[in-house]
Amino acid sequence: MAKLPGQRPFGCSISTSSINVSDAASDNVLEVHNLVTAFDTDAGQLTAVDGVSFDVRRGRTLGIVGESGCGKSVTAMSIMRLLPQPMGKILQGNVQFDGMNLATLPRDDMRSIRGNRISMIFQEPMTALNPVHTIGKQICEVLTQHNDLDPDVAWNRAVEILEKVGIPSPEIRATEYPHQLSGGMRQRVVIAIALACGPELVIADEPTTALDVTIQAQILDLMKSLQRDLGMSIILITHDLGVIAETCDEVCVMYAGRVVERGDAKELFANPRHAYTQGLLSSIPRLNGVPKSRLTTIDGMVPALNELRPGCRFCPRSERDYEPHHLEERPDFLEISSGHWVEACPVCT
Amino acid sequence: MYVMDASTPILKTEDLRMHFPVKGGVFRRALASCKAVDGVSLSIEHGETLGLVGESGCGKSTFGKTIARLYEPTEGAIRFEGVDLASMSRGQLKPYRREIQMIFQDPYESLNPRHTIGTIVEEPFVIHGMGTREERRKWVAELLTKVGLSESAMNRFPFEFSGGQRQRIGIARALALKPKLLICDEPVSALDVSIQSQVLNLLMELQREMGLSYLFISHDLAVVKHISDRIAVMYLGRIVELAPAAEIYSNPVHPYTKALISAIPVPDPTHNPERVILEGDVPSPIDPPEGCRFCPRSGLEYSDEVLKTKPPFLELEQGHWVEACPACVPDARLV
Repeated sequence: MAKLPGQRPFGCSISTSSINVSDAASDNVLEVHNLVTAFDTDAGQLTAVDGVSFDVRRGRTLGIVGESGCGKSVTAMSIMRLLPQPMGKILQGNVQFDGMNLATLPRDDMRSIRGNRISMIFQEPMTALNPVHTIGKQICEVLTQHNDLDPDVAWNRAVEILEKVGIPSPEIRATEYPHQLSGGMRQRVVIAIALACGPELVIADEPTTALDVTIQAQILDLMKSLQRDLGMSIILITHDLGVIAETCDEVCVMYAGRVVERGDAKELFANPRHAYTQGLLSSIPRLNGVPKSRLTTIDGMVPALNELRPGCRFCPRSERDYEPHHLEERPDFLEISSGHWVEACPVCT
Repeated sequence: MYVMDASTPILKTEDLRMHFPVKGGVFRRALASCKAVDGVSLSIEHGETLGLVGESGCGKSTFGKTIARLYEPTEGAIRFEGVDLASMSRGQLKPYRREIQMIFQDPYESLNPRHTIGTIVEEPFVIHGMGTREERRKWVAELLTKVGLSESAMNRFPFEFSGGQRQRIGIARALALKPKLLICDEPVSALDVSIQSQVLNLLMELQREMGLSYLFISHDLAVVKHISDRIAVMYLGRIVELAPAAEIYSNPVHPYTKALISAIPVPDPTHNPERVILEGDVPSPIDPPEGCRFCPRSGLEYSDEVLKTKPPFLELEQGHWVEACPACVPDARLV
């Protein structure tokens, strides 16, 4: 794993999990092992992320896909250590980034990483930006937080970054406020802020969900070309399988707090093994589908966090015959072919 | 009063315009007008689903609300089975309100959180003074069963239901008065994919069963393609292309339609699209040019002349219409 000079790796042992971490570790910018995140609520402690493991390869894009409430955003928040306090807690697991375990890193050390070496693009560009500061100032804020820069130098860099994300007349735009920009332009500003310090990893949580398809195409295109130029890795969180197919090298499918299937994007779309992945893929209307035909559905709905069972969580919705013990024993996460992992419930796979 | 035969479309708009004044200054005078819908002529046949697509701000929701007469149109006609609703008073409209109903996008905001589901679905009957209390309860129970909910839902509150279930409640309410035309404004946009397909299936079943006509407004082109018979593409208050669903995807003529279709992300990683990426956003509908509105964004060469004169809406092939701006559609020929 690449280390910056003078930075000491954090001494931490990798917890026992079913994942083999020894090979190809240097290719990975981030390795998440058996992450468990829970929230304290009036109804007791609820586990939102239950033993999630994945790796993000350097310069590549990992997609995390799943329906609302499956824990994809909480996974991102856990990596960034932005869980709402004091309710949100990382109970277990290891988030390896450049020799450090982000899950247990002291707050001050985490602050020097967040926004600098790992940054985030949020879904709603209006709420992610501060309405009372100019765009230029908001970019400068990130730059000066992490670098010792003169205000003038920072401002010029902010203008450069705005130009890089495709904002026309960036000198003028930098002096404007968020409400003066359209949704697509605002999302470009959010991307500019995320990229200001040249991060190694960008976590994009539903970056195009609030945008029109035409603007979505612009933004995805921009993210791809910036990735080619700057070489950062991306975790793209979305519920849209189309977006995943177009942008991601690898995919994690999440359901009810767990990764049910993980693998190379082409392999996973061509050969989905888990009943949930199959259900998701067949329930979207396709442009080349039979018009007005009945769509495949997944019956029922995602279980609530307080109804989760230790075993397979998809069995009750799978329309297949299952027995009570399937809901009680957690299935193994197995590698069924090279790089293609699946939660091997005997009913659902 | 009017003659109705099978060839009369259930709804037909003629040069429909909905302009909103933009007020400002000390005396709140109208300074400009926002031309949300600016000369739309469309028809919806009996039992047909007309899809309406376009980017946010193109006026598609305003069009839906205008034909439901939630707005009073500035100009033009809305003929429901031949009768013009555009200039009717509230009282005159009341019988027609039963025929045209709406389903809204956000199932969280379109149901009153303080009312039980029974009260919500019953309300249309109360407004139109139909039935006794017992009869109404019976009808509500039937409606809930029809949309796939249990009767016991009647005594529960909206917060106890998931997004997909709430959308079903919204559909039950819209169906209460046995309407002929349903305006579905982004009905599945807020739902997860697995739930989205459940609601789409329900809408298609109800259409077959009850012979409903739909105006299906959405920005999701794959969904619209699946459910619609014909599709209209809207840009900045006008229809730029109208064709049967399969035709518009296989043979789009207007450059805006082409760009919209090519922007759809296809859920297949081996698919490598030739993508037309549009520059910029939808321009402001405040005082737009009278002529072609897409030229400035098309990346094509155009003269000032095309911005001044309204391009004709031509039928290229049977049922395939396009706004034939000479710059955007240079080789438009009549049938």
